Amino acid sequence: MNIVVLVKQVPDSGAERSLRADDNTVDRGAASNVINEMDEYAIEEALKITEAHGGEVTVLTMGPAGASDSIRKALSMGPAKAVHIVDDALRGSCAVSTSKVIAAALGGLNADIILCGSESTDGRVQVLPHMLAERLGVAALTGARKLTVDGSTLTIERQTDEGYEVVTASTPAVVSVWDTINEPRYPSFKGIMAAKKKPVDTKSLADLGVDASEVGFAGATSTVLDHAQRPPRSAGQKVVDEGDGGVKLVEYLATEKFV
Amino acid sequence: MLTEEHEALRTSVREFAREVVAPVIGEFYEKHAFPYDIVRRMGTMGLFGLPFPEDAGGMGGDYLALCLTLEELARVDSSVAITLEAAISLGAMPIYRFGTEEQRARWLPDLVSGESLAAFGLTEPGAGSDAGGTTTRAVLDGDEWVINGTKCFITNSGTDITSLVTVTAVTGTNPDGSKEISSIIVPSGTPGFTVLPGYSKVGWCASDTHELAFDDVRVPAANLLGPRGRGFAQFLRILDEGRIAIAALSTGLAQGCVDESVAYARQRHAFGRAIGDFQAIQFKISDMEVRAHTSRLAYYDAAARLLSGADFKRAAAIAKLHASEAAVDNARDATQIHGGYGFMNETPVARFWRDAKILEIGEGTSEIQRMIIARDLGI
Repeated sequence: MNIVVLVKQVPDSGAERSLRADDNTVDRGAASNVINEMDEYAIEEALKITEAHGGEVTVLTMGPAGASDSIRKALSMGPAKAVHIVDDALRGSCAVSTSKVIAAALGGLNADIILCGSESTDGRVQVLPHMLAERLGVAALTGARKLTVDGSTLTIERQTDEGYEVVTASTPAVVSVWDTINEPRYPSFKGIMAAKKKPVDTKSLADLGVDASEVGFAGATSTVLDHAQRPPRSAGQKVVDEGDGGVKLVEYLATEKFV
Repeated sequence: MLTEEHEALRTSVREFAREVVAPVIGEFYEKHAFPYDIVRRMGTMGLFGLPFPEDAGGMGGDYLALCLTLEELARVDSSVAITLEAAISLGAMPIYRFGTEEQRARWLPDLVSGESLAAFGLTEPGAGSDAGGTTTRAVLDGDEWVINGTKCFITNSGTDITSLVTVTAVTGTNPDGSKEISSIIVPSGTPGFTVLPGYSKVGWCASDTHELAFDDVRVPAANLLGPRGRGFAQFLRILDEGRIAIAALSTGLAQGCVDESVAYARQRHAFGRAIGDFQAIQFKISDMEVRAHTSRLAYYDAAARLLSGADFKRAAAIAKLHASEAAVDNARDATQIHGGYGFMNETPVARFWRDAKILEIGEGTSEIQRMIIARDLGI
């Protein structure tokens, strides 16, 4: 079972994040950059599957040169190798063009399963797995809280607000996961040492046969025109209970149209 | 400076400590309960095999890797840090260093994976650093050792996953009239071997510590660990190394006090401003940071000497003495900065305050460290 895990480097969601003033893209220079949290669950799931069924896990990242730190960290968890798509022309790419580039890179990797997090903590658009499946002409099993592999049949429990749906498909398929699916391992020292020696294949747009005009700012189907800092939290409104606290709370909720 | 790999390990353990240990450890501490699930996950990430070579099932790390791990764990909680320290230095390491092929094959795999824990029974009610006071006796009867005596303050000796306790016992008299002391492996559950109920401790409340009683305990003669009569001597180097580990653990606690105090000084307001705006608080925290930093340098130096094969006895004693006193000082100051909240058990610094004192006592008291340093200076 060959599995490719899509790993994105994002600004740490636990720290202060900002957009650049000049082009409204994420300010990676100012941020502490980490592996998108949800992708760690995808890596863990891939490792569990190959540990049980054999096969190899490959990490695939599209991102600037600095994303190599996150690739090393991903490899220290256990995957065998990585592909890093890095090209200056990719800056400003939208989800549509990102899916085009990743689909092109997947072409040479012969994956039975393409695993990824259900969303990234920076963009949070949740569309990439579907777009990728569409471009590759394979099934999209998205939002999994459980994944079972039986030969070439994949079954997921698709997490919904009401419960879950059972969805089945044959390989190859794109599977996206939520953080309910497993407990990602922390890199061991042996894993950290081994990651140093694992191959990372760097690919440019030219290597993938993608034209620079189709990606980046040039090919973006959506553009951020403007942004503003979130306003600071206001002091709020204090309700003093003089026997009518409940009524006052409901009145407040009514003015805010919650009830 | 640390290598890239050591830094990556530090980061990995830091994330583990913050994400897995910090949210739940207070409850275990309050209940004096052993955190089995945390220990299991420490095993999964290979921490119990850290300083052992890969062919022994370990992670192939060095002693510094272990020290960095202990520092990062103790930055969040000392109970889990001492559980790991004791499991490696006192539990698995003697088996690895002095064990026969058979002993290693039987015990090591589960110890380095963290699936089981081993303990070392050295201290007795009447004998701590002065091993000559050992009264536990082992007599060879046919092909079995018969052990009688009592051990106290033995870490990891009574968990559900404890597989053995290595005990030091008097096995005869040396030609010079001194006691012949040997180490013997006693598997958990051996008839006559009783683990007494856990102590009510001031600190390290989520670690496992017991008094052990040996009443005509019979184990095979082959359970002798290392040569007969070398029981204490072979343990001395482990004690010297252990001092560096305790220095690292102390540094972690000292740094944890800084972390908590910086966060609190920013967030807590008094007289209309953050208390961190007051020089009285700033200077206290600066002094705390100095102590944590110098403690770290001292243990780095001792670990570097050990790794280079140089004599490290004095450096280890200096690091242990300095870092443990830094931990106590920082815990006191951090508690003071937190005011009334610092006196509440639910506040991490209250836990740090309770955990700090033992660092000046265990693995050789501060007085013993000063004695070692003075002797090494030739006085």
